[in-house]
Formats: sequence, C-alpha cells, structure tokens
Amino acid sequence: MAFSFPAFSYIIALIVDAFLIFFSIFHVIAFDELKTDYKNPIDQCNSLNPLVLPEYLLHLLINVLFLLSGEWFSLLINIPLILYHLHRYYTRPVMSGPGLYDPTSIMNADVLTVCQREGWIKLAFYLLSFFLYLYGMIVVLIAA
Amino acid sequence: MSNLPPNPYNNFPGPPQVNANTAPPTFNHNQQFGQVPVSQLPPGYGGIKQDPNSNSPLHAPSPAAQNHVLQNVNNYSQSASSSPAFNQPGMMPPPLKHNLQSSPMRPPMSTAPNSLPNPLPPQNVPMSSASPRTVPNANSSPAPYPPSYHPPQRQINDNAPPLIPSSQTSQPLVNGPPSSLPPNGPPQSQYPVSSSAYSSLPGSKPPSSGYGPGLINTPYTPPPGQVAKPPGPAMPSQPPIQFSGAPVSGPPRNSPLVPGPPVGGPPGGMQGFNGPPQNQGPPRQVGLNGPNVSGPSVLPPGPPKPMGHPQPPMGQPPAPMGLASGPPMGPGAPPQQQYPGQYRNGPQGPPVGPSVQPTGLGPSAGHMPPPSNFGGPQNPPAGSQMPPMGQQSLPPMGHQMGPPPGPIVQTGAGVKSNMQNRYPQMAAAPGNYPNHQANQPPIPSLSQQQANIMKQFPQQHLTQQMGQLSVTKQGFDQLWGHHMVDLLQCKHILPEYPEDPPEIKLAHQFADSSNCSPEVFRCTINRIPETNNLLQKSRLPLGILIHPFKDLNHLPVIQCATIVRCRACRTYINPFVYFVDAKRWKCNLCYRVNDLPEEFQYDPVSKSYGDPTRRPEIKSATIEFIAPGEYMLRPPQPAVYLFLFDVSQLARESGYLQVACDTLKANLEALPGDARTQIGIICYDAHVHYYLMSEGLTRPKEMTVLDIDDVFLPSPSSLLVNLSERRELVRELLTVLPARYSTPSTPSSALGAALQAAYKLMAPTGGRITVFQTCLPNVGPGALQPREDPNARSSKEVAHLNPATDFYKRLALDCSGAQIAVDLFLLNSQYADLASLSGMSKFSAGTVYHIPLFRASRPHHAEQLNRMLTRYLTRKIGFEAVMRVRCTRGISIHTFHGNFFVRSTDLLSLPNVSPDAGFGMQLTIEESLSDLQQVCFQAALLYTSSKGERRIRVHTLALPTASNLTDVLHAADTQCIIGLLSKMAVDRCMSASMSEAREAVMNVAVDALSAFRLAQNLPAGANSSALHAPHSLRLLPLYLLALLKRKAFRTGTSTRLDDRVWDMCNVKVSPLSVLLRAVYPDLYPVHQLAQYLPAHEEDDEHTPDPPRLQLTAERINSTGAYLLDDGESMILYVCHAVSPAFLSETFGLTAFSQLPDELRSLPRVDSEGSALLHAFIDKLNDDRPYASDILILRDNSPSRTLFTERLVEDRVESAFSYYEFLQHVKNQVK
Repeated sequence: MAFSFPAFSYIIALIVDAFLIFFSIFHVIAFDELKTDYKNPIDQCNSLNPLVLPEYLLHLLINVLFLLSGEWFSLLINIPLILYHLHRYYTRPVMSGPGLYDPTSIMNADVLTVCQREGWIKLAFYLLSFFLYLYGMIVVLIAA
Repeated sequence: MSNLPPNPYNNFPGPPQVNANTAPPTFNHNQQFGQVPVSQLPPGYGGIKQDPNSNSPLHAPSPAAQNHVLQNVNNYSQSASSSPAFNQPGMMPPPLKHNLQSSPMRPPMSTAPNSLPNPLPPQNVPMSSASPRTVPNANSSPAPYPPSYHPPQRQINDNAPPLIPSSQTSQPLVNGPPSSLPPNGPPQSQYPVSSSAYSSLPGSKPPSSGYGPGLINTPYTPPPGQVAKPPGPAMPSQPPIQFSGAPVSGPPRNSPLVPGPPVGGPPGGMQGFNGPPQNQGPPRQVGLNGPNVSGPSVLPPGPPKPMGHPQPPMGQPPAPMGLASGPPMGPGAPPQQQYPGQYRNGPQGPPVGPSVQPTGLGPSAGHMPPPSNFGGPQNPPAGSQMPPMGQQSLPPMGHQMGPPPGPIVQTGAGVKSNMQNRYPQMAAAPGNYPNHQANQPPIPSLSQQQANIMKQFPQQHLTQQMGQLSVTKQGFDQLWGHHMVDLLQCKHILPEYPEDPPEIKLAHQFADSSNCSPEVFRCTINRIPETNNLLQKSRLPLGILIHPFKDLNHLPVIQCATIVRCRACRTYINPFVYFVDAKRWKCNLCYRVNDLPEEFQYDPVSKSYGDPTRRPEIKSATIEFIAPGEYMLRPPQPAVYLFLFDVSQLARESGYLQVACDTLKANLEALPGDARTQIGIICYDAHVHYYLMSEGLTRPKEMTVLDIDDVFLPSPSSLLVNLSERRELVRELLTVLPARYSTPSTPSSALGAALQAAYKLMAPTGGRITVFQTCLPNVGPGALQPREDPNARSSKEVAHLNPATDFYKRLALDCSGAQIAVDLFLLNSQYADLASLSGMSKFSAGTVYHIPLFRASRPHHAEQLNRMLTRYLTRKIGFEAVMRVRCTRGISIHTFHGNFFVRSTDLLSLPNVSPDAGFGMQLTIEESLSDLQQVCFQAALLYTSSKGERRIRVHTLALPTASNLTDVLHAADTQCIIGLLSKMAVDRCMSASMSEAREAVMNVAVDALSAFRLAQNLPAGANSSALHAPHSLRLLPLYLLALLKRKAFRTGTSTRLDDRVWDMCNVKVSPLSVLLRAVYPDLYPVHQLAQYLPAHEEDDEHTPDPPRLQLTAERINSTGAYLLDDGESMILYVCHAVSPAFLSETFGLTAFSQLPDELRSLPRVDSEGSALLHAFIDKLNDDRPYASDILILRDNSPSRTLFTERLVEDRVESAFSYYEFLQHVKNQVK
C-alpha cells in the first residue's frame, strides 16, 4: 500500500476536478442569468473571462500528471477536451485581455446556446471523470 | 413609399426638421395633436411651452377639477422635443430635491419600469414630490399660467385637431360614408361590452352622439376663457396618407405636421407654422377666437358639438382617433375574409392536375391550367408584349368567376367546394387587389406566364374538365396574389414605379386596426409560419426591420398619468389587444388578462366613460408617450456635444477642418438642445489639444497635453461649456482653428488618446462625440498598423474585415455605459483601417460617415461634407435611449443587426438614437403558433429628447399566421428579405469569409425557389425550361445579384478595403429604403421628361415622374440621357447621340463634345427642360437625409465606368449577368 506517483496524480486530479466542476456550474449559471436578463453582459463577461485560462490550465495540469505517471487511459479520454480547449482559444474573438467571451457578441442566440451547451457537457464530463479518477485512485492504491 | 408625404427628411438643412427637437419642430408636434396652441396661450405664457414634463410643484394648485381631468385623460402634449420642461436649468432642481435614492422608484400606482431598464446607475430618481399622478397635471399648468389656463385646456386643444382631419380627409375615402358608420363600428362587434358602453354614451354625454364621425369633428368647445381646441378640421390639406403601407390611411394624425418649414420661436412659431402648412392655419385661429366660433366654422364635416361640459381639459385624442375611425379596408367584405383559410384552394389546385410531362398544349387561351402544370417548353410569347398583368388577369377572373366551376371530377370535391364557397367573397374582394396590381403595370411576366400556362397544360384529357377550374383558379391566384412568374421568360421584371409592400391582412377582428407603417416596421414574411418546421421548409429568413426613430409626419403624442402596460410582460397597450370586457384587456403578446385603469375608459373626446377602444393608444400602432418620473434613473441629461478634430499632417493637407468648422459655426444655433446644451472641442495630432472656454476668458485658451499614454483632463470644468453662455467664444474658436492648424505638422495621429480624453470628459453626463479622422491612428493607445495589401483588392478572399484590436470596441462599451455615442467622419486619403475604427461607433450606437479620398479643394467633396454634416448636426436626436423589442410568446429574437450594444436578450442600449438609423432582428420560432391568429411585435424606444423630456415611442406590428407553405411563400416581402439578408451577409463575412457569404447569398435564391417548386410540385429546375417564382419573390434573384455586386460583397473588382468596410457598416445601419436604393439604384430616362408630367396639373407640383428602368445596358439608348440614383450620389449619363435640344435646354451647350468629362453640378439654364430636370432631382432629394451628389458623365468619358459598373444586370468580369444568374439558380433548384 505504497503511496505511488500515480496515486498522487489521481488525488490531485480529484481535487482539481472538484474545482473544475464548480467552474462549469458557475459557467452554466452565468449563461442562464444572461439568458434570463438578470445580468449585464459586460459584467458577466468580466466575471467569466478571468476564469477561462485557469480552468484550461488546471485541466492541463492533471493531464500532465497523468502523462508523467503513465495513466494512459485517463489521459486518452481527456485529450479531446484539451484539443477542444486549444481550438476554442485560438478562435476566440479579438480581445486584449485573456478570456473567450466578448460582450458584444455573446448575446447572439447562437453563441449563447453554444456556450450554454458547452457548460452542460463539460459539467457532465467532469462529473463522470470525477468518479473515474476516484476509481482509478482506488485501483492504483490497491494495486500498490 | 409613394403614399407618403414626399419628404420624410425634409428637414434637411437645418431648422426645418419635422420632428426635430429644435424649437420649431416642437410646434409641429403640437400641431399634430392639436395645435396647441401656444398661440392661444395667454400672453403671460412664457414663450415656449413650459410644460408638461417639468415636474414643478407649481402645478399642484391646479383646481381639483383639473386633476380629475388629468388623471383620466391623456394630455396630448405637443410633441416631443419641444417640451420646455428641462430647458432651463432652473427647472431641474425640483426633481432633484425629491429624488429618491433607490434607483427604480416606482410610485405606488405606477407600473414597474422594468421593461426599460435604465442604463444608468440608479442615481436620482427624478420623481417629483408630488405623486405621480399629480405630476402630469402639474406639468401641464406651468406657473406662468393664469389660473384659468390649465393643462386641461391645452389638452383639449391638442387633441382636437387630429381627429377632425382624419374624418374629413381620408376616412371618407377609405371607409365609405363616414357618417353612416361610427368609427368604432367594427370594434363594437368584437367587444360586446364595450359596444354597450358605447351605446350608452350618447345619451349620457353630449359628445357621444356625435361620436361616430361626429366625434372626430366635434369641436368640443371649451369654456370661453379657455383655449379653443384646434379645430382639427383643417384637415383638408393634410397629406393623404400617413403610412403608405398601412391599410388605414392615417391622415388624421396630425395635420399640421406637414414637413413644412421649420417653425420659428415657439409662440410665434406656432402661428407662422400654421400659415404655411395649409392645414393648420384655420384651426388655430379658431382656437384663438374662442371655441364657439371656431367649432362650427372650422369643422364643416362633423356636426360640431359645443361641449358645455365643465371639464374643459379633455383633449380629444388626436390623430389616432382618426385612424381608428376609418376602417382601412375597402368597402366591407374584404377585410373580413380570412385570408389564410380561403386561399387554400390555390395551392392545392396544382397538385391535382400535376403531370409533369412537358406536353405542350396547343395554345388554348381560354384555359388556364394550374400553375403546377408548367413543364413544357415555354412559349415564346414575350411577356413584354402582353398587357400588364393587372388588367389581363383581372378581367378573366371576373369572367370566370361568373360560372361556378361546375363539374370538376378530378379535382376532388374539396377543391370544388372551396371554390364555390369562396367565390362570392372573392368577388367582393377585388376592391383590395387593384392596388396591389395596379402598381405593377409593367410586369409582363404574368401575362407571359399565363400564356405559357395555357399552352402547356400537360394532360390533354383533363383539359376540358379542368379548363374552367383552372381558369378560375388562376383568377383566384391573382386575386390573392398567388400567381407565379417564369423568371426566364420575363425580361422586364422590375416594376416601373415602386410598389407598395405586400398588404398585411389580419383576421377580421383586427382588420380595421391600424398597423404600423411598413416604413417603420417590416417583416420579411407577412404571414408568419405557424411552426419552425414550416419556416424551415420555406427556407426564407425570418426577421424584422425597424426604423424606430424615423422622422414622422404624424405622430400622436400622449401624456397621461399611467401608461397602460401588461403586468406580466410589460407590453404597452396597443391596437391589437383583446378587450375581455370594459374593465379588462388581454395582452396580445403574453395573453395575460390585465385590469384596465379607470381612466383608460374615459374618452377624452366625448368626455364619457365607456368603450376603451376610443383611446389613441388603441387607435394608432405608432404612438409616443411622455414618460412620467418612474422611467428615469437620473434627471434627463442635457444635450452635450463634443467634437474631436484630427489635425495631423494628412488632415491639414485635406483641408477638411475649414469646411467642418464653417459648417459647425453655421449650425450652432440649430443644434438640437435646450438651455443646458454643452459643447466642447478637442484637437489631436501627436498630442491632444484642449480648448478652455471658461468664464472671463475673452479668447479660447489652448492647452496641450503631451503625455498621450496616460491622458488627463487639464481643466475638466471648462472644457465643456454651455453653448448659450459661451456662444461667442465657440464661434471665435471655430474661426481660428483652421488657420491655427494650417501649417505642416507631424504625420502622427493620437486618436486613441483623444478618445480616452473625450470619454473622461463626457462620462459624467453622456452625450455625443463626433470624431473627424483622416488617417490611420499611429501613436498612443489604439495605434494601428496598415494592413491592407493593395494588390489584393480584387482577390476572391478579403482579409482584414475584422478589427485588429479591441481597443475601440472596449472604448465604445465604456462609452455606451456612460451614455455616450461616438460618430465617426472618416475623410481619409489612404488606408485608415476602418474595420478597427468602426468599432467605436458600432457598439456605441453611433454612425460612420466616409468620404473616400477627401480633398476640400474639390468643391464637390466640400459640398458633400457640408451637406452631410449639416444634416448630422441638425437632425433630431434622442439621448440615453434603450429599445426593447417584444414578440408574441413563441417567437424570440435570435440576432440583432445595427449599431448598438445588446444588453439583454431583447434590449438594445442606444446612447444616442438618430432618425437615420435602422435596425434588423432575426427571429426564431420556438413554439408552435398554430393556436394563434396573429403574431405581434412591439418595439418600444425610451429616450430623452434634446429638450430633456423622457419619451417612449412605441411601434406595434401585427401579422397573421400561415399554416401552409404556399401561403408563406406568397406572403414573402422581397425587399425586406433583401434588407435582412444583406445584414446577415455582412455578419457572415466577418465571422466566416467573403466567399462563404457570397455563396450563402446565392443560395437564398436557390433555396426559396426550391421551396416553391416543392410547394407547387413543379419539375426540378434542371429538368424544366422554366424557372418559376411566386409573384412575391420574383424580384429576389435580381436584388440578390445586385447585392452581390455591391461594394461590400463584390469580388474581382478592385475595391479599397476601407470602402468595402464602410459599405458593410452602411448595410448594417441603413433603413430599408436607403438600403434598397443602394443595392439596386433607380435608373430614370431623363431625356424626355416632359412626357412624364403628371396628367393633372392641379397639383402644383410640376414634377415629372419617369418610370424606372432596369439596370442593364440594353435599356440605355444612345439618344438618351439617364439619371442613376443610388441615394449616395446621382449620375447623369449623357449619351453621345442625345438630341441637341436636350443639350441646350439642360446644359446650355450646343454640342455633345462641349460637355466636360465630368461635371459636378447641374447648371441652371432658363428653359423648361432644365426646370423639369431640376424639379425632378429635387423631388428625388426630398426623401433622403441630405441631398445627393450629382455627377454628369458623357458616355465616352474616361470615368464612365462609374456608371456602367452600376448596371448590375450586365455581365462584368467575374460576375454573372442576370440571365446567367438565373440559369445558375435554375440548375441548382431541386
């Protein structure tokens, strides 16, 4: 029952994943508020944009850990999301600050729907992967 | 539209704005509603009306009676901008004192303002101490009034006039004998309760009896002392139709408003005003004289009934009443028919006999097979030779109609029965149609089509039996506007004279309701598909175009204690609500049942309680309210103007500063605003120069800030100065500026820094920043790099359409939050990256003006700038505005187009709103609408007028729904579709690429025609020799082709990037009429103008009205001269073989060769030909914001491509000709 690096990776991944789940919940709520008129898009973008890069980096972090610890399966299921994140950030609107969301285009119904759907899908993904990491951690610990 | 009074924009040079906020305009409004009579006011009355909006406590004292009146009645206040309320600084304080800190104060009774959230942080709520109710009253009676004067009087006056007019002018025509029918007639049937109320009225109150027509005319006579109401009667002179499209001719609304000359001072102005505008003159005088006299004399038509009633106040609801009263529809029957239902036959018909085989039938003229049968070879018969469809089609119809389609075996009982049932109705209906078709005499296509149809009926054995049926059906089709056109056969498809937009036929219950003018509010499909599925099948874009702040000649303005709105969705009460009973109404957007305030049942005209449908809110689909205190988050802002002049090297070379300063100086007086108006000027090159005009200075003092990376304001207080107090200093500054910056300088321009400084300066108040830029800003914040590749100007893919930096966008968002709009005049001579710069206007609701290669030394450039700027400076303006667009439940707004910031799903933030700005919205259908009879859209624009009044302008549009594809396709509004599509295409260019956008535009035609083919079960395009389009969409390919050849979207032709981007900006913000003219310019033959003079010379207008020609070289005759008008400029193209007579008459020249290559002005020659041409050009210029440029070209001059490139139907390198385009579309249709 030794405490191996893979086990450490999974523990970190669990903690980070919990944060990611919070991020996506916040994301979903924020877009729902936009849709129902509660918030000014400028304010909303100002609160969302600073969170985008941290989320991406956190997600990247656990995958680096998986890479280093050789947890290929966990890494594999995360790769599509990493690619999506990269794509998303490269195609972001012209902005001087970090972030993805442009207050002038975010109210477009298409953009709004896409963002909202993205939020829900990510939330589901993070939740599932949370249990996966939990399982992975237990497996690793037991195996050790 | 043709119906409209000629000049919507007649304001043009300055004062003459109709609606303008300037004092003169004020009067106009008044006139609408009754002229109120400033003139009538007692001498004590201080000049301008002091009225209404001021919250001054003084009013409180007004007699109880008055209060009563006020509450119950609307005051129709004069219009808009004029209200003096905030003119004087002094006035402001009262509100402040009472300010409540909470942002959205809501007086107990008042409705929640939430619908129009203020952009501003909740500051002071300017509630007057008095309860909201009292406020209005108070306002109406300014202190100056002698006790006897009261708002009530005013109200009366105001209201009265409109009514009369309506009855006299338009109603009779439209409705038929006005007298016989009470205006309310239709409504009564609908609302039983109300009707009862109505009936009761007569007995109880004197006016009531008059109510029908009488109402309108009734001059209710106020007590002698009081001001007489303006006898509306003046009407006769009124322009016939307010809203062209609307079924109801709206004449009533306000007579006076005719675009006459601007009125001068308030009181004086009024009278003066009356004089010129034919209409009003009499009424006012009457008012002056005293009600009694006036009533009778003025109102011929209606039995004037003197109102002895103690309550003087009630104005009669003005214009709106008139509208309502006149049932729009022709005599009776038509309106009641339900369009959708009936039509079924048409579409179904085709399937019946549909054999696709292209059997050519012998030409049997008598039989008109259903359209579906086309397949065969088209007949050669040139459509052009045929008589105009209108004539042709109709006669047959009548004919056919006679014999009921007897024995139709094949078709099936259903069809047959339908036909029979409908038949009678149809017969009645024709009245409506004539309009529709009359306008299109030139369309040969129909006739052709018919001929084709006749000959091609595929199944011979059916022919006999089908004969009658099909003919009848054909007739029906035409009646209902459901005919088809074979585009390939129809060469001359453009109507010679502009057509009215398709008529909107509401269910009979609302058939008489006035709908919003198509110039203001327009939908791409005039019958909304019931489900999203159906919409997808039709493959048409669904959206609305709106021109909310358009200068209107007739605009009812109302001031009332409570603005009636739905409690659930905050919709304003409008003509399309259902009245459950006399006390409740059902919202037409969310279907909630709301209580009706007591006062809403009060009819200001008859002064009786009862039928609420008599209120102006119910009678007019466009109305303006003067908002009570709860619609303000802070006291209305003053008009604040800040000008930013680029004085870098290129700017000095261009010499624009002289022109701009001169123009500004000349229009200082005409700037809309009140006594609080502020103005400031900043110049910038590599540094920012401020001009101090503080008290005590005899000359403006310049202060230069060298640090452009962190700008600051050297002296915030005296950079923006009160215009009226420092007028001389400002003049002086404008005089010296051009000389001050005439010497060579550095080539750097610190626009970003100047904008930041301007933002800091303006942030506390909000207002308008006007930027003059001549080069690429290259230093300081917001610096840009040149990125255009001159060699790629004609490439297929256009790069750099998106901004290089978001600096300008962020700045615009900051400005938007502070209620500042930024307008940009780009006068560049080289690339200036408009794609980036335009961000400052796009998101702050500003406007971009662009004169490429500007040189003040070229007189036509200087003149153009002068005209542009004059219009810009003097037009009406609304500050701190928001616009909310509400839709019937089930429909939502998908995307907005225009310049603004979208603050929430249905709310646009518009720091400034101008009469030249249009907006578009794409819609989606989210729920099935099948249980609805109609769909409504309501746009509410809340703004602060330049006089400091908070106002709400509400437009409501109702459309019927359609349940089948054919109906949807036939109800398409091609012009509106083009308007919306062009905006969507611009978005596509930005988000995807130019080629994709062009592809998408082309596919629109393919999609729409494919959908039609499906609906009609026609053979696929590739298999057929014909390309059929519904009549409603017959111009779609033509316009699409023209759109693709616009600067914004063309490829293959060298186009400067800035020009292209500017054209895109224009597409996004132009109102539809402007946009269309730019897409498909009007081409007129002008070599024989005399032959197009109107037949009757009674109208003093001695202006010719030549037909439009299609834009193809085919129509250019070498012996002619042609005028091409795209709104921006007019090109007079003189061909070499033109008659010498024309040359000498028009130019005073004897030979063609004497004509210079380019001539920039049309000489005035003392001859009839010249007079006609000038008159014609003046007429064209009437309906646009400012007069267009004129360019005269010989057909052998080197710059003739300026003309020939506009002939969009011809082939140019790398672009289709019209015929090729049709072929392309035909092959794609499947």
